[in-house]
Formats: sequence, structure tokens, C-alpha cells
Amino acid sequence: MSAPREPLFLARQNYRRRRLADAARLLPVLGGLLFLLPILGTSTGAITTAGGGLFVFSVWVALIVVAAFLARRLTAGDNAGPDGDSG
Amino acid sequence: MVGFNVLVVVCVLYVAILFGVAFAADKRARDGRSQWLRGPWVYTLSLSIYCTAWTFYGAVGYAARSGLEFVTIYLGPTLVMVGWWWILRKLVHIGRAQRITSVADLVSSRYGKSNLLGVIVTLLAVVGTTPYIALQLQSVTLSFAVFASEGQAGFELPDLNATALWVAGGLALFTILFGTRNLDANERHNGVVTAIAVEAVVKLVALLAVGIFVVWGVAGGPSEIAATIDASPIADWQMNGSRWASLTFLSAAAFLTLPRMFQVLVVENVDERQVATASWAFPLYLFLMSLFVLPIAVVGLDILPEGSNPDLFVLTVPLHFEQEGLAMLSFLGGFSSATSMVIVAAIALSTMVSNHIVMPIWLSVRHQGASMSGDVRHLVLISRRLSIGGVLLLGYLYFRFSGGGAALAAIGLISFAGVAQVLPALLSGIFWRGASRNGAAVGLVAGFAVWAYTLFLPSFGPAGVISPQVLADGPWGMGWLRPQALFGVEGMDPVVHAIFWSMVINTGLFFLFSLVSFPSPLERLQGAQFVNVFEHSGAARGWAQGGVQAEDLLVMAQRIMGGSEAQALFEAEAAAQGKDGYLPDTSPDFIERLERELAGSVGGATAHAMLGQIVGGTSVSVEDLMAVADETQQMLEYSSKLELQSEELTRTARQLGEANEKLTQLSIQKDAFLSQISHELRTPMTSIRAFSEILMEGGMAPADSRKYSNIIHDEAIRLTRLLDDLLDLSVLENGQVNLNPQADNLADVLDRAVAATTSVGAGTAIRIKRDPVREDVALFTDTDRLAQVFINLIANAAKYCDADRPKLLIAVSKRADRLRIDFIDNGSGIPTESQVMIFEKFSRLSDQAKAGGAGLGLAICREIMDKLGGKVTYLPGQGGAAFRVTLPLAPLVAGS
Repeated sequence: MSAPREPLFLARQNYRRRRLADAARLLPVLGGLLFLLPILGTSTGAITTAGGGLFVFSVWVALIVVAAFLARRLTAGDNAGPDGDSG
Repeated sequence: MVGFNVLVVVCVLYVAILFGVAFAADKRARDGRSQWLRGPWVYTLSLSIYCTAWTFYGAVGYAARSGLEFVTIYLGPTLVMVGWWWILRKLVHIGRAQRITSVADLVSSRYGKSNLLGVIVTLLAVVGTTPYIALQLQSVTLSFAVFASEGQAGFELPDLNATALWVAGGLALFTILFGTRNLDANERHNGVVTAIAVEAVVKLVALLAVGIFVVWGVAGGPSEIAATIDASPIADWQMNGSRWASLTFLSAAAFLTLPRMFQVLVVENVDERQVATASWAFPLYLFLMSLFVLPIAVVGLDILPEGSNPDLFVLTVPLHFEQEGLAMLSFLGGFSSATSMVIVAAIALSTMVSNHIVMPIWLSVRHQGASMSGDVRHLVLISRRLSIGGVLLLGYLYFRFSGGGAALAAIGLISFAGVAQVLPALLSGIFWRGASRNGAAVGLVAGFAVWAYTLFLPSFGPAGVISPQVLADGPWGMGWLRPQALFGVEGMDPVVHAIFWSMVINTGLFFLFSLVSFPSPLERLQGAQFVNVFEHSGAARGWAQGGVQAEDLLVMAQRIMGGSEAQALFEAEAAAQGKDGYLPDTSPDFIERLERELAGSVGGATAHAMLGQIVGGTSVSVEDLMAVADETQQMLEYSSKLELQSEELTRTARQLGEANEKLTQLSIQKDAFLSQISHELRTPMTSIRAFSEILMEGGMAPADSRKYSNIIHDEAIRLTRLLDDLLDLSVLENGQVNLNPQADNLADVLDRAVAATTSVGAGTAIRIKRDPVREDVALFTDTDRLAQVFINLIANAAKYCDADRPKLLIAVSKRADRLRIDFIDNGSGIPTESQVMIFEKFSRLSDQAKAGGAGLGLAICREIMDKLGGKVTYLPGQGGAAFRVTLPLAPLVAGS
């Protein structure tokens, strides 16, 4: 209901920040999909616990690294611009 | 060999260190040096209470039984943390904005501060958490038993029940000491959180140490470990897809809804940056915790004899290789996991029980109203302490009567599934304004029932509530009601089956009832505030303007928040409104803010009910809401600007009004001053003149002439005193005063003041109550002037206190860098409208004859305190006239 109060287009800095927030929102979806991959592949067989474990742990590390990057960028610009939740 | 006694000594030492850490952290926080305590790292480590003894010991056992599936328990929380921008950020914002104290409080506040929902969630949490606490007790006693049985013959196997009882008792003591030390305005427990952060490090180091030992010390390197895994019974990827997905979902849901997780995630949170750091640091912690689980499991399976309990591999593998130190470290890791979980769970549950069950009952029993009742803080603390004891007792009893063993090992997931029933109400509550109280209540109860029927009750085994016959054929032979095959859906894993049906029925009924019901105004208001928490929707108000007295509110707030906090809040609010003193206007905004502050101590529903008793009547009507909703878009655009301006205007107007009133009063006073001063000077003058004329005439007896000259002398002294006072005041006011700062003790200054007042007047039958310990404060200030102030205040109390047995309490307290000395008598106090004027010159409330002074005393006091860098103010709401002298503790600079 308060959407009209905010401008329709944003300066470059704020635009970047919004897209960073979008990325932060997408990250768990991506992670969830990747974590579900091993069970989609079970029907074909040929996955070992060691191999599957390696895959899961690699995805895990990747998620941590990306999340650290996003968290750093998102909090760095904390004082710049309004803290809008909408797109 | 590590003996059982050594183990006990190590445990006691470790607990003593934890006590020390908690104590030191609490002290630091009280001294306001808690910068790093509130940093993101302690926060991240405190989240580790997610890893309980069930995950510390059990994960390895889990992996030994079903391979990689154990990792799902960590994947769910990882996804939640990584997706913090979506849910956690909002939860934390709402938690701060609404002063949320627990997950039950969140649900109850969101749905119109409904206590019904608070009770439901509290009961659900207690039922879901009790078995979990029993599980922790079991793991600690089992690990004790491992050491005991390793000890050679002649070493008595300790009584497990006694061990569990000791552990439960110790935990209760720790939790009560640090968890209910004070009724924090914001429910944060620095000591506990810091101790838990230390425990988090201990358990991580312990598991990593065992893992590193296993990989490099036993197997010989990562590639050898991979080979061992391939050769182990769990080499094949025999994953049940539905279990994998639903356990990931379940752990994510439980991570948000477990009372203890909510406590550390939301209630103990200080700012958003903590969550930002934890968003990657906590997944990293989980990653490290699970990295070596699989290697330990396969090595344990490989090396230890057939049939040894895989749940204890973390202990038995190091013991097998005679690594006593490592085994001890690992034992401490498991001990840490169990204790930290139990402590936080007990705190969270006790808050919920006292806020949602004890307080409402107490409020409804005592109908005379919140403002009249006794000390609420005391009651809340007592009820929390009792609840902590009760929760731990329940856990212990569950442990005793479930008999321990394998039945308990499965309880972790069962417990998760139980508390996860809160998820639909929680998530919809913060994202969907249409979510309603009825929907939440029906969904919660239905989900809870389905969970109990399909998972919890069958977990007691064939001898439990659900007989094997019911399990096989359904109750009364109704096949479609079989607990593990509802509606004829067969072949599902029991846990997946229970999660699926309880969640589907819970969510389905929740949405259905939300769609058809019509929420109350307060509920809609709260819904909008929760869902739009980032937009600061301050348009709607929860309280209508009422004729409530600020002093009544202050009296109630003092009883819940404590004197100094409540006074600080009221003083700040009054200052924001542009007023002096402690009594702000009772605007709806202020009542709303006060309600939130109170909610931080006793929960939203209780705070609302208490304020309702004082303010009276309904808080908001449908018309109020409609009026807000009817505002057009254009209005919205202008409203923020207008709001700012009108706020400014209101403030200015209020200040102008006060200034005007003061000026009028001053002008009246000035007239009064002139007539007063001429009168005061004239009376003694007249008698001096008259008697001196008589003396001049001469010819009288010596006795008479002595009498007359005595009168002249007395009158001259009175004149001098009046002139001295006037001079004193004008010197003080013009700032030409010389102060003589000297070192002294407050107690001595007070002693002198009391002695001076009791020796002067005959009518000083007032009893003075003092606290010598608190008065022992070193001062460096002009103590003669300070004593003058004290004398004045004490003499005033003696003169004006109208109680049958006048009493004066002199209370000394320190706050930050200021010293406060309160003079509180038990008379009828000073009416609100006069409180502003008493510090003005020649203002006297009662008739002049009784006062016997010129009304300059308080004016002089005020000037003196001003010069000493302090203040003297009237303190309302203390049950009598009360004056507060505030003094800076830093030494006064000489000659200033």
C-alpha cells in the first residue's frame, strides 16, 4: 500500500543494492535445488556415499562463500538509501 | 584409565569455569562494556545450541546406521541462515519492534495478542521439548557410563538415575542463577549467551579433534578414509528420497520454531548485522560439525566389535586407542552440547510458561487491577524460577519412566516434528495479512493432534498408549484411521507420513479458517504491523485517547520494570514531548510505546491486558481502522510531511503553552514577591521602630527594657536572616559564587544534615530511614553547600509531612556516572499541578504561618545543585512527597 511513496526508478547505487538483496533471496532456493539433486539421481544408481558426500559438502562450501560475499556487501551499504523491502 | 571420580572432578571444574564466564559477562554487560558481547561472533556461536548432544553423539550413530542422511539435519538450518534476507531479517525486525519474548509471544501478539494462542504454543513447546531434555540427560549419563564401564573391575557402575538427577539439578541451578537474574526490559541474557558461546567452541574443538585423530591418526589420510567409506556397510547411496527431502524441510522448520532457537535467534538478537554475519558463519559451523561425522562412523564400524553402540563412537573410538585426553575432551564436548541446550530451552520455556500461563491466571484472579497489586517483578521472577525447575523435573521424570534406551534416540525427530507445527502460523503471520487467529488456533490444534496420533503416541512402543492392534487395523477397526497409514496411504516412512499429514492438515485448516473468519480490529492492526514491519506503518493506533493519569501508569510501570527504568522511560518521553519532570501526557502514542516496553518483560498479551485494566475499555474500534483505510493515496503522500510539521508544531505549541503559563505565574509571583518582601521587611521593622521608640522615652524598669531590647534583637536577627537568604539567592543566581570543593563521604554529609535538622526544630518528630552501606560514597564537591540542600529537604519533610507517623526514607543509588539521593516521605505528596511551581521563589503551598519561612528554601536548593553540576527534582509516584538530588560522581572542578 505504500508503494507509490517510493520512486519508480532508482539511482545506480540503490539499484545495485536491490539486486544484491534479490540474489540473497535466491540463494536458498538455489541451495535447496542443489541439495535435492542427489536424490533425483538415485534411480540411475551408481552414486556412492563418498561421492555423494563430496558433492553435498562442495555445494555447502560454495553456499557459505557466496553467502559471506552477499552478507558483506549487503551490510556495507547499510547506511546508504532507504531499507526497502519491495523490489 | 580415567576414573569416574576424575571425570566428576573435571565436570565440576568445567562447570565452575562456565559459572565464572557467565558471571564475568553479566558484570561486563551491567557496567556497559558489552561491545564485543553483542558482536556477531558471540551471536553466531550461541546459535550452536542447535547442535545438542543428540547431534554431537547421535549424528555419528545416525551415519553408522543410514549413511549420509544425518546431514539433512544440518542442511535445513543452512538454507534458513543463507536465506536470512527473506525470513530471519523480518523476524528479527519484528522481534525488536514488538519486544517479542518467545515464539509463543510472537504468535500471540501477531494474532491480536490472543492469549489462547500463547497457551496453545506454550503447551506444544513443553510437550515437544520435555522428551528432548530427557534425551540430553540420557546422553550425559550414557557417556558417564562409558567411562565407568571402561574402568576395571572393582569400580562400581554408578547409578545412572542419580547421575541424571545431579545433572538436572545442577542445570536448574545454573539456569535460575543466570537466566532469571533480572527481568530484563528486553529479555537478553548476556551471561548465559556468553557461556553458551564458550561451550560452542568446546564442542566444535572436541569433534574436530576426534575427527582429525580418526582421519590422520587412525586411517592415515583423506584418501584412505574414502577407501574405508567405500568398504563400509554404508558405502552404497541407499537414500530414501522422501526422507531426505522431508527431513531437510523439517530441520529448517524446527530451526525457526524450536523455542530455544527462537530465543537465541530473535530474542537475544541485538541488530541485523549479527544475522548478516551468522548467515554464513553459522553454516560454516554446521559444516565443520558434520565434516568428520562420516569418517568417525566408518572407522568405528570398522574397528570396534560388532554390536557396540554407534551413538557413542565419538567416545569409544578414542578410548579404544587409549587416547584418554582426547576421550575426555570429547566427553566435555558432549557435556557442553547437552548442558547448553537444556539451559536455553529451560529459559525459553519458563518465559513462555510465566508470560502465557501464570501471569494471565494471576491477572484474572486479582480483579482489582494491575496498578494496585504488589510487586509484579517479584512474582514474574518467582514463576520463572519455578518453571525452570518444573521443566527440568519433567525432563528428568520422562527420562526415568521412558526407561532410556533406543526409544529415546528417535525422539529428536519426533520432537522436531511437534514444534514444527508452529511454522504455518508463524510464516503466514509475518507474510500474509489475511492470516487470522481462528485459522491459527484450528491449524495448530489439528496439526498437534495429528502429530501426537501418528508419531508421538506410537513412539512409546506397543506397551504405550497405542496398542499394536490399533496400529495394524486402526481404532475400532477403521482402517483409514491407522496411525501410520492415514486415509489408506500406505508404505510411507512413519516420520515422513507424520510430517506430511500433520503439515497438510495444519496448513489446510489454517488457510480455510483464515479465509472464512473475520478478524478483530486489534488483530488486523497487529497483522499490518507485522507484515509491513519495514515500512514503519505508524498510521494506525492501538489506543484511543483516554483520561488516564500518567501517575497511575508510572506506578504500574515501576512495579513491572523496576523504579529507575520506568522513571527513565517516563522522563525521556516527557522530554520528547517538551515537558519537564517525570509525567508525560498520556497520548495514545505513549501508551502504545509503554505497552511495548512492558511486553518486553511480561509478554504482549499480558501487557495489553494490564494496560487495558488501567486505561479501560476497548483500545481500537473498527471505525478507527476504517478511518485509516479510507485515507486516499494523496493523503498518504502528504501525511508524512504533515505529520512531521504537526509534530513540530505540537511540540512548539506545548513549549509555548508551558512558557506562557510559567510567565503568567511569574508575573503573579513578581507582584506577590513585591508585596511579600515589603510585608516581610515591614513587620520586623514596625516592631523594631515601636519598641525602640518606647526605649527612647526611657524611665522603665530594667527588666522591661531588657525584654524590649530582646524583642528588637530577635526581630533584627529575623531581618538579617531574610536578607541573607535573599542575598544568597541573588549571588547564586548571578553566578558569582565561590565553591569550596573538598573530599568527603556522603554518609558524613548526611549525618551532619540530619544532626542539624533534629537539633533546630522542636517539631521534628520525623523518623528517618537510611541505608549506611549504600551511603558509603566518596565525594569531591562543595559539601557545605550540599549539606545545606539536604538540611532544607529534611526540614521540609519534617515541616510538611502530614502523616500520622511521619517517616522519611533517604535512598541512595548510582546510575551510570551519576549519584542519586532520594528523599521520600510518607505524606500525601504534592499535587501534580503544583509540582512545577515549588522550586520558584516565595512559592509556598500551605499557609504561611505553619511554614515560618519565606519560601526561598527550594529555590536556593535548586540554584546550589545547579552550581554543583547536579539537579534537584520532584519525583512523582512514590506514595508521598519525594525529591531526587542528582549529583555527578566525577569530581567537581575547583572554582568552576
